[in-house]
Amino acid sequence: MRRVIKGNHAVSHGVRLSRVKVISAYPITPQTTIVEELSELCASGALDAKFIKVESEHSALAALVGSATAGVRSFTATSSQGLLLMHEVLHWVCGARLPIVLANVNRAVGAGWNIWADQTDSISQRDTGWIQIYCESNQEVLDSIIMAYKLAERLLTPVMVSYDAFFLSHTSEVVDIPVQEKVDEFLPPYEPPYKIDFSDPRMFGGMIGPEVYYEERYRIYRDMMAAIETYGKICDEFGDAFGRRYMAAEPYMIDDADIVVVTAGTITSVARIAVEEARQKGINLGLMKLRLFRPIPHELWRDLLGDVSKVVVIDRNLISGLGGAFASEIRSALFPLESRPRVYSAIAGLGGRDVTPADVLGIVQQVVREEADVDVPIFWGLKE
Amino acid sequence: MQKLIDLKKEMRQGPDLMMPGLLSCQGCGTALAMKLALKALGERTVVVIPACCWSIIIGVYPHSTLRVPVIHVPFETAAVAASGVRAGLDIRGESNVTVMAWAGDGGTFDIGLQSLSGAAERNEDILYACYDNEAYMNTGIQRSSATPVGAWTTTTPTGSLKQEPKKDIVSILLAHGIPYVATASVAYPDDFVNKFKKAKEIKGTRFIHILSPCPPGWRIDSSKSIKVARMATQSRIFPLYEVEAGRLSITVKPEKTLPVRDYLMSQGRFSQMSEDMVSQVQAHAERRWKDLLNREAKT
Repeated sequence: MRRVIKGNHAVSHGVRLSRVKVISAYPITPQTTIVEELSELCASGALDAKFIKVESEHSALAALVGSATAGVRSFTATSSQGLLLMHEVLHWVCGARLPIVLANVNRAVGAGWNIWADQTDSISQRDTGWIQIYCESNQEVLDSIIMAYKLAERLLTPVMVSYDAFFLSHTSEVVDIPVQEKVDEFLPPYEPPYKIDFSDPRMFGGMIGPEVYYEERYRIYRDMMAAIETYGKICDEFGDAFGRRYMAAEPYMIDDADIVVVTAGTITSVARIAVEEARQKGINLGLMKLRLFRPIPHELWRDLLGDVSKVVVIDRNLISGLGGAFASEIRSALFPLESRPRVYSAIAGLGGRDVTPADVLGIVQQVVREEADVDVPIFWGLKE
Repeated sequence: MQKLIDLKKEMRQGPDLMMPGLLSCQGCGTALAMKLALKALGERTVVVIPACCWSIIIGVYPHSTLRVPVIHVPFETAAVAASGVRAGLDIRGESNVTVMAWAGDGGTFDIGLQSLSGAAERNEDILYACYDNEAYMNTGIQRSSATPVGAWTTTTPTGSLKQEPKKDIVSILLAHGIPYVATASVAYPDDFVNKFKKAKEIKGTRFIHILSPCPPGWRIDSSKSIKVARMATQSRIFPLYEVEAGRLSITVKPEKTLPVRDYLMSQGRFSQMSEDMVSQVQAHAERRWKDLLNREAKT
């Protein structure tokens, strides 16, 4: 069924189709309409779930620690400051091996207040042990929520699905909404290996000493790394069932490219146009779209980027004292290669500033003309 | 002596869901409190424990002293994580279950107050028990907002004793209009067990405030914890009452009444209190007792 819907609405459909049982969330712009839509779905009975309307984001995720330990599929959504407030519980969920799915609308963080698109919020949570997926379109948002549950439950690892504020959350696009029967076939009911059970009472999340803790953290790492392969399999299964095929990182016109631009989120759509325009100008530009960012699909990145001479990573985030987070991670992933591309970093689109195809082209041309310093990010469009 | 016999009787009744080997200090009030609570609630109980003494007392992996499901949660989340457990079990169709948050005073009066208030406002179907040992005892005796005026702690040291009175947590919870609020003491196990049994049968948010003596923190001998807890009630520092659907009743009216001085001076932590402070505490205890009697008479 094809419908014109907003990104936030796509999330609600994904949650409904995944037959989530407990939702807990707190309103924050621009996530709010997810909360509203899910409230209505629960109120009308279209979704047989309990919605706990908590007093903070910290509590939203903490409620799910309880519900997921009770053994039911659990969901929350947030953005920006809300995600930051969840920080402690994000770590807890990872350690407790709870397969919770969280939709995060990428929004700038304060101070000062800014409600527009920026990936600093989820980037700053990249080391909390959650699988991170970045989306380019509303279709991808809906599909990612459904796939996220399958991935999370298979690996007992939580998944965060992120997408840009307003550019997706409040923008309408055509989305193919799968039918329930097909989703049920793809995503069976959640059967946790352990849950609160009175016939087999267990203790969850208790104290573990140095003789055990290391191994426990290793298993978390191991299972997270397994997500690279598992995600690939789930993408294949999803493609077979629904006809839409996803990858951990997606190439566009990379085969003959001399220079490749790397993007995450909606800048990708803009960069696609820039690739066409660059080629008309005689620049052999390709594009790699980041989807899976935790775990890092090193081999895929190396396969896609290893043979080109230059890579330009456009980050819609700026880590003070480092630069662009995506650029930094790509550099480190490519470093073990014997011959590797020069990786340039560009910062653009912070706090919702528009990034046009001309901007992407401008950044690329600066690199092509050897005007960019590999040690310093290109601060594109920075006003004096 | 009568009370000691009562204690033994209550300890024999009901299933014993606490095994030996717990890691509490000698004379720990909350160890006894958990034993009594679970006797009243039975095995279909989930215990939700935030950071507190019980994070340790219960045992280190792979051991647990409790024979019921237990979930440990971050410090400030006991009430909301319990709400989540309840939601999950409801969806699973698990009925006749008590979900009990079991938190210390820090996790209740201070860092956990926000999520507790949220859960109480939503009238979540949980039993929240706060075992109040009147300071951050697990980290080594730092003042909390449950620490009484005049108490020595490591953060209200000699020369800087706590100046502020204890936060009135019961009134805060009552203001939420929840169906059941009670105080309980390990020195009165019959009253304690009755309250947990009653709370078990009530739907909605139930809050039980337990005075839990802490020998190292209160600077008392571990053999004296029950005696000191009893003196708290006898001196009306910690009156035992309950408020069910707005009706207040004082459940223990001790035959013998003690001046607060006797209670305070039985503990090293109050040994530096000024006469003036002791008088203030006496006046406050009397005022509140009168208020409780008035409220009881009205309902």
